[in-house]
Amino acid sequence: MSSVAAIPYEVTRATQASRAAAVVSIMLLVALVSVPFWADRSDLRTIVEFACYLTLAQMWNLLAGYAGLVSVGQQAFVGLGGYLFFSLAIYAGVPPVLAIVLGALLVGLLSVPTALVVFRLRGAYFAIGTWVVAEVFRLVFAQVSALGGGSGKSIPVAIVKSIGASRDERELIIYFCALVLAVGSLLLVYLLLRSRYGLALTAIRDSEVASDSLGVNIFRTKLTVYVLCATVTALVGGLIFLQKLRIAPGVAFSVQDWTVAVIFIVVIGGIGTIEGPIIGTLLYFVLRGLLADYGSVYLIVLGLVAVGMMIKAPNGVWGWISHRYDLHLFPVHRTLHLKTRDESSSDS
Amino acid sequence: MEWLNTIVQGILLGGLYAMFATGLSLMFGIMRLVNIAHGDFIILAAYLGLVTVSTLGLHPLAALLVVIPLMFAVGYGLQRFLLNRTLGNDILPPLLVTFGMSIIIQNLLMEIFSADSQKLSAGELETASLMLGQDLTIGMMPLLVFLMGVGIIAALQYLFYKTPLGRAFRATSDDQDTARLMGVSNQHIFALAMAIAMAVVAVAGVLLAMRTNFDPTIGPSRLLFGFEAVIIGGLGSLWGTLAGGVILGVAQAVGAAIDPGWQILAGHLVFLLILVLRPRGLFPKGGN
Repeated sequence: MSSVAAIPYEVTRATQASRAAAVVSIMLLVALVSVPFWADRSDLRTIVEFACYLTLAQMWNLLAGYAGLVSVGQQAFVGLGGYLFFSLAIYAGVPPVLAIVLGALLVGLLSVPTALVVFRLRGAYFAIGTWVVAEVFRLVFAQVSALGGGSGKSIPVAIVKSIGASRDERELIIYFCALVLAVGSLLLVYLLLRSRYGLALTAIRDSEVASDSLGVNIFRTKLTVYVLCATVTALVGGLIFLQKLRIAPGVAFSVQDWTVAVIFIVVIGGIGTIEGPIIGTLLYFVLRGLLADYGSVYLIVLGLVAVGMMIKAPNGVWGWISHRYDLHLFPVHRTLHLKTRDESSSDS
Repeated sequence: MEWLNTIVQGILLGGLYAMFATGLSLMFGIMRLVNIAHGDFIILAAYLGLVTVSTLGLHPLAALLVVIPLMFAVGYGLQRFLLNRTLGNDILPPLLVTFGMSIIIQNLLMEIFSADSQKLSAGELETASLMLGQDLTIGMMPLLVFLMGVGIIAALQYLFYKTPLGRAFRATSDDQDTARLMGVSNQHIFALAMAIAMAVVAVAGVLLAMRTNFDPTIGPSRLLFGFEAVIIGGLGSLWGTLAGGVILGVAQAVGAAIDPGWQILAGHLVFLLILVLRPRGLFPKGGN
């Protein structure tokens, strides 16, 4: 044996905390499935909204925290998802839930040419460029009179009835759609980050030049993530407007509702982690509940918290916790264990 | 002749957009900072002008003597004590901090002044106009705004290329570390750059308030106009910014002439078109 013989090693991903988290998650999921059977309608609606924001936050986090694509224009895809769902359901007679999925796939296709334009801008200019694109979509839909122009359109009663005969049945369907969406997007991000793509993404985030020289196709990786996020964001958009039953350009393409709030959630929770958006969504709902009656003061506080957080703890609440206690609930990291000589000899 | 009128109006509007863009261009050029709250600062300046006019009973143009130093100080303090701490290799901190500031300014203005639309009355200046030929008249107000835009860009061009402070700005922009070795205080230079950018914002805000109605929510779209003018003109070129503003102004004026609902959309579409055809803008610094 030469003296440079490889030291035996083992790569582990799961930790004790992550195994415990998996068990708790499954228990939580079972609890969530049982919710409609005992909770009242307003609780159900809150959980649906929570699921929508959580999904939007996971997607923005994947985009900004992992692919380095800081977009301020995700409202484009929420609005497009909503509008394409309305168009398909009203004018093509597609059943509502299917119309949401089809609409989202179309948005995914539409996001490719969009990406080719905005990818010409870098960094912060990319951010503002995506915002311009979202404004273009808002202004265009405000001109389409078949979809109600600037004042918007409601779903006809017949289509509403086709979702479910009674209001309770409709709420139940929306609830389970939201649950599937939130859990699905969480799993999607988790599995993506554990895959080769996740490795490529992390490499790009840490150094574009280095990952390029190691053979990572930066453009293709970023494009894939962008299109994926657009599609899932559009699914959320469809679901949001299925619940609202009415759409208008100002609400559908609102930067405040679909991007500012989501950025706040991710930054407070901890960007670049899967746990962060979950904690951020919880904090956002708590803060909103406490300050809801104060109108614009609530938004001022939100802004102050975001600025303070970025200055004092740029990694967010979860970043702070996981750094301090070395805690990772979703094992996307790899940990290298080098075995010492005695250990390896006792192994063999 | 009607079209000529439209285009002239668009060109004059471009002067205002160039002013929006100059501030952004300065911040990006010197400290690589993109200020998402830029449009909201323009509206803040407009409200400062409103308060100055109503409390001191000054003409809006005289109010500039109050608003410019105020915004200069705000800019210096903001950069020195807040934004300098966010600068680094990561673009997220400055982006998110200025994003937060945008929300704070908008809602503070909303709390104090309500969502009602406001305007600064410029007195006789508003109705005065120049007759150029039979059908072409130019309003004095738009002309004044345009000329001030050109004047500001000329002054900044001089400051940048002909003064010691300009040399320090350019040195810091080229290579921060070497500039520091040569005895330039980056912290102070950045703060001064932001102060100058905010002085331009002050002029832009007060002139905007004299030209059109404004309310607390219109800041973000002014940011977008300024940003579009910067990219159309080409990063790093001050005169390019003026050209970018003019192109955007003309696009909007022509769009509005076709259908009022098309004004803003036409501007955005021309911007996207130029982004596709000439990603580095029409007059990029350093050729190619």
